[in-house]
Amino acid sequence: MTEATAKPFSVEAALKPPRNQWWDVWDQFKTHKGALVGMIVFLAIVFGTLLGPFIWTIDPTFIDIRARNQGMSWAHPFGTDQLGRDMLARMMSGGQVSIAVGLTAMILSVLLGTLIGVLAGYFRRLDGPLMRLTDLFLSLPLLPLLLVMVMLFREPLSRAYGPEMGTFILIVCAIGVTSWMQTARIVRGDVLALKEREFVLAAKSIGTPSRRMITRHILPNVMSPIMVSATLGIANAIITESALSFLGLGFPPDFPTWGRLLFDAVDYIRDYPSRVIWPGLAISLVVLSVNYIGDGLRDALDPRIRGR
Amino acid sequence: MLDAPNSGKKLVEVQGLKMHFPIYAGLFKTRVGEVKAVDGVSFHIYERETLGLVGESGCGKSTCGRAILRLYEPTDGSIRIDGEEIAKAGPDRLRQMRPTMQMVFQDPQASLNPRMTVAGIIGEPLDEHAKLSKREKLERIYELMDAVGLNRNFANRYPHEFSGGQRQRIGIARALALNPKFIVCDEPIAALDVSIQAQVVNLLEDLQEQFGLTYLFISHDLSMVRHIADRVAVMYLGQIAELAPRDPLYETPLHPYTQALLSAVPEPDPREETRRTRILLKGDVPSPSNPPRGCNFCTRCPQVMDICSREEPEFREVQPGRYVACHLYNETTTTAGQTAASEAQSA
Repeated sequence: MTEATAKPFSVEAALKPPRNQWWDVWDQFKTHKGALVGMIVFLAIVFGTLLGPFIWTIDPTFIDIRARNQGMSWAHPFGTDQLGRDMLARMMSGGQVSIAVGLTAMILSVLLGTLIGVLAGYFRRLDGPLMRLTDLFLSLPLLPLLLVMVMLFREPLSRAYGPEMGTFILIVCAIGVTSWMQTARIVRGDVLALKEREFVLAAKSIGTPSRRMITRHILPNVMSPIMVSATLGIANAIITESALSFLGLGFPPDFPTWGRLLFDAVDYIRDYPSRVIWPGLAISLVVLSVNYIGDGLRDALDPRIRGR
Repeated sequence: MLDAPNSGKKLVEVQGLKMHFPIYAGLFKTRVGEVKAVDGVSFHIYERETLGLVGESGCGKSTCGRAILRLYEPTDGSIRIDGEEIAKAGPDRLRQMRPTMQMVFQDPQASLNPRMTVAGIIGEPLDEHAKLSKREKLERIYELMDAVGLNRNFANRYPHEFSGGQRQRIGIARALALNPKFIVCDEPIAALDVSIQAQVVNLLEDLQEQFGLTYLFISHDLSMVRHIADRVAVMYLGQIAELAPRDPLYETPLHPYTQALLSAVPEPDPREETRRTRILLKGDVPSPSNPPRGCNFCTRCPQVMDICSREEPEFREVQPGRYVACHLYNETTTTAGQTAASEAQSA
């Protein structure tokens, strides 16, 4: 009770039930300035692209041929393109697609990579086959493979889900399926090291079955590399989508994405450089902010770094 | 002398336990041999007793402890804990058996998941085996923290925020969570500094008293084993050289290896220390992948005989309660063994 008199609130503190550890994570995340700024920028871009079209109601595909190739003005803050379409509206609707592609493809590739990495690392019998599969995928040349996939699957998918949705599924799958290998390798390496740690043995002596061993002990401890490859994955996916659209293999020509905007603007780069700068800046900002968020999250998820 | 307080039932019976790790080599990873980490070990532990398992580094103590809990798949032999066969139990049966047998690990830093809070670590066995409400579970976690002398305030903290001794207490609390009967203490004090060692050993003794626990206490610290153990088994190169009640073992060690080992224990009294004669063993421990023919110890034994390199000595009872694997005691009468022991003592 002497403690209680010294610090009157310690009685409640003593009996306070274990706190949800996500609060600790958030507390630590808040102290990482870069991550906080990154999150604000990222959320601003996401909400800007989602809610912006309700405020800026010009149709991104509306062609006003008399107002083409304009610079910045109040009527068109980001200017217009060679067909007189409003760049701000196109940036917003393109951003929706690009960010959606980036996030979904990243989630797909991280899920695949983690699954394969954990299985290969944890179950010795699966290690050989799964790692050879990873090597196989790593040895495939990415761009030609994507081109072949687009050629083969674009038509059936467009017929089944409509041209836009079909292309979206195709691009997300194509990027996801061709970018999980690094994650898988890193995760496998970490799992192999973790598996030999004594706390895994301790859990085994308690009788924890494999699936809970993985979810409770292995996965939280490989969170850092997964987090890093996830953030890099978003950047990678957006850039790959840009590259595909840039090559004219992504979405249909009149359907704006940041990559497509870049592609269209390159022809006019000498006369109207701002048209390249806007989508380029948006891609860079998203990638940069996501990397900072990932950095902050990785620190926040590690209790050993927390509170420093 | 003959385990008087423990003459009750045998809780743990190990018969001919073998743990061989295969060695793979070459281009096609063919099996070229095996490391005989534990090679035919037999002993039993009475209920509420502490059996000390001592030996030098790499002699297979920890492997033996882990194999008994089926953390490794034993190559051969039988392990019965509380009348249940462990060595060949199926995964489901084994999982049901887990609460009876628990383990305290050597390195308290490595044996606690750095991403879990203390409450999470101590609560894990409860999650796995007990159906408790959130409230009951928390109650039990606090109870365990009280039992091992941890402040309840620490429930939300992470392992890295604790000192070594406190971490070991967390490990002990986890082992106690399911009211086990048998705990394997795998060098629980080796990673702690001396002042903390005493605390942890006393804690273990108190808990034994309180909960009626049976320990297999693995250690290389002979004086600590003398303090805590009721009987002591001495291991050398994957086999038990000698197993005896504590006092006779420390007073009149029978096996030449035990004699050499005990002669290495420093004496606190400096005057006694100068008079202490050490039996210095020559050479190195042979490789466990290629142990010598006959007696394991024959390459280094100061009292080696012809028979030693030909025949493997049988591990048998030479005096009531005292087991030795040595040809010196082949004359079946116990008196012969005693004279040999006294000779060894006077030598």
